[in-house]
Amino acid sequence: MTGQNLIELSYLIAAALFILSLRWLNHPKTARRGVAAGVGGMAAAIIGTLLAPEIVSYKWITIAFVIGIVGGVPLSWVPLTAVPQRTALSHAFGGMAAGLVGVAKYSLWLDQGQLTSFRTGAIALEVILGFLTFTGSLMAAGKLQEVIPTRPITYRNQNLVNLSLLALAILAAVYLAVRPEFWPAFAAIIVLSLAFGVLLIIPIGGADMPTVISLLNSYAGLSAVAMGFVLQNKLLITAGALDGSSGFILSVIMCRAMNRSFTNVLFGAFGQVQALRQAGEAKTVKSASSQDVADLLLSADSVVIIPGYGMAVAQAQHRVQELYDQLTKRGIDVKFAIHPVAGRMPGHMNVLLAEAEIPYESLVEMDDINPEMPQTDVALVVGANDVVNPAARHDKSSPIFGMPIIDADKAKTVIAIKRSMNPGFAGIENELYYGDRTFMAFGDAKQVLGDVVKAVAGEAVGAA
Amino acid sequence: MPTLDLWSMLFVFMLATFVGFQVIQNVSRLLHTPLMSLTNAISAIAVVGSILIAGEQESDFTTILGTVAVAASMTNIVSGFLITDRMLRMFREKERRPRSEAPANSGARR
Repeated sequence: MTGQNLIELSYLIAAALFILSLRWLNHPKTARRGVAAGVGGMAAAIIGTLLAPEIVSYKWITIAFVIGIVGGVPLSWVPLTAVPQRTALSHAFGGMAAGLVGVAKYSLWLDQGQLTSFRTGAIALEVILGFLTFTGSLMAAGKLQEVIPTRPITYRNQNLVNLSLLALAILAAVYLAVRPEFWPAFAAIIVLSLAFGVLLIIPIGGADMPTVISLLNSYAGLSAVAMGFVLQNKLLITAGALDGSSGFILSVIMCRAMNRSFTNVLFGAFGQVQALRQAGEAKTVKSASSQDVADLLLSADSVVIIPGYGMAVAQAQHRVQELYDQLTKRGIDVKFAIHPVAGRMPGHMNVLLAEAEIPYESLVEMDDINPEMPQTDVALVVGANDVVNPAARHDKSSPIFGMPIIDADKAKTVIAIKRSMNPGFAGIENELYYGDRTFMAFGDAKQVLGDVVKAVAGEAVGAA
Repeated sequence: MPTLDLWSMLFVFMLATFVGFQVIQNVSRLLHTPLMSLTNAISAIAVVGSILIAGEQESDFTTILGTVAVAASMTNIVSGFLITDRMLRMFREKERRPRSEAPANSGARR
């Protein structure tokens, strides 16, 4: 029995280390210690499990470990713009593993005549969650990688069809709990949940991906919890619950940042709404050259840069960093205003800017920067659009009405770098660009910023 | 394995969920992307169940399923921890920032 105690002890240590691991993520200074704790916990759990007396051969385990390492290492080298896809893919793997273990357990217990109502019910839950996370996350990864169309695909009675599929799967699960050995119902659950995962993601547009990834994160965790109930394993339940609550909190933050509800994200098919207000009166914009932008920036004491995903698409992060360096060197206070949904997953913009060597103290959350905006000399908008649209505050007819925004329009001067006057992702006109104090710098963000950096640096040489 | 009744498991689930809510709410918003890749790796603890299935070798069918599940979980563990650490290394403070004139290049430093 000492062997069993050793295994239980390793699981206890693992659970404690996992909690510490997440705890240390509360600050960038201790965050790397968090990774070390996570690795330690995982190693303890794996070593403990390998000691289990049930294991008769290590052959296939070793082969699978090698495959996992060979596949996993390159997946950690992806560019940071591709991190959302990688994350969705790993949710898919997690869901698949849970689903497969569920199927294996069902088939084992079916052969041995050991199926109980409780076991079958827990397996059914595990399989539903696991397989819907599997196909749903694959679809999300495909949309993020743009191998699947990112626009919402809708058809009549879509929500009715989806919900009936889920209802059928749950009905089959209930029936199975009553008659555990009726395997066709189990097969039906597998097929229904695989199909439900695909159909759930099809109507969701690219702009909603941050919420969807977070939600799938939560499902992946819950499928691990269900596996814990099947295997009667406290460590699986604990780790799965940590993951599940993390995904849930992130999805709530994402929904709030877009002023939308879960049901609206999942069943609302955003992006269908078209703003049909094709400029009743001809509005004019003031355009500015790179030299004008450089002059405006150099005469400012405080600058707030508002980056959007467009900055990453244009690969302009390093130009932004050069500009940051040039301006801070001259004693100008430069901060970055980060909207929670800037980027394609929670926190994505922070990682992209950290890669460009912007110190994290300069990255400021929307709620903290907004009170400072009226005192800001220049707000520089790079590749952001909807998150700075004042219509969200006052225009009840706007699809983004109510969404919290960064108050760029309250700054003394606004500069927006934009490819053209085409409306953004949600197809909504942005009145910020027509403001009295707004200057538009048209062109590719990387190109424009490169010219601005040159102009700023040239100014310094002339002055010296 | 010692048997565990439904209520004990629900108890563990409830407590872990509350701990999760408390801990995650304190995670810096700067680090939400690394948070997600870290929890990814941690929830690959499903590897524990998969190892038992692959190692028991009760039937060819379950051994194959178990092996695939171990490989998928191991992929998540390896890539999840590595990419989290890679991202966290990029977060730097103001003081420690190297004042070099060389253009920033993510691959070339360290």
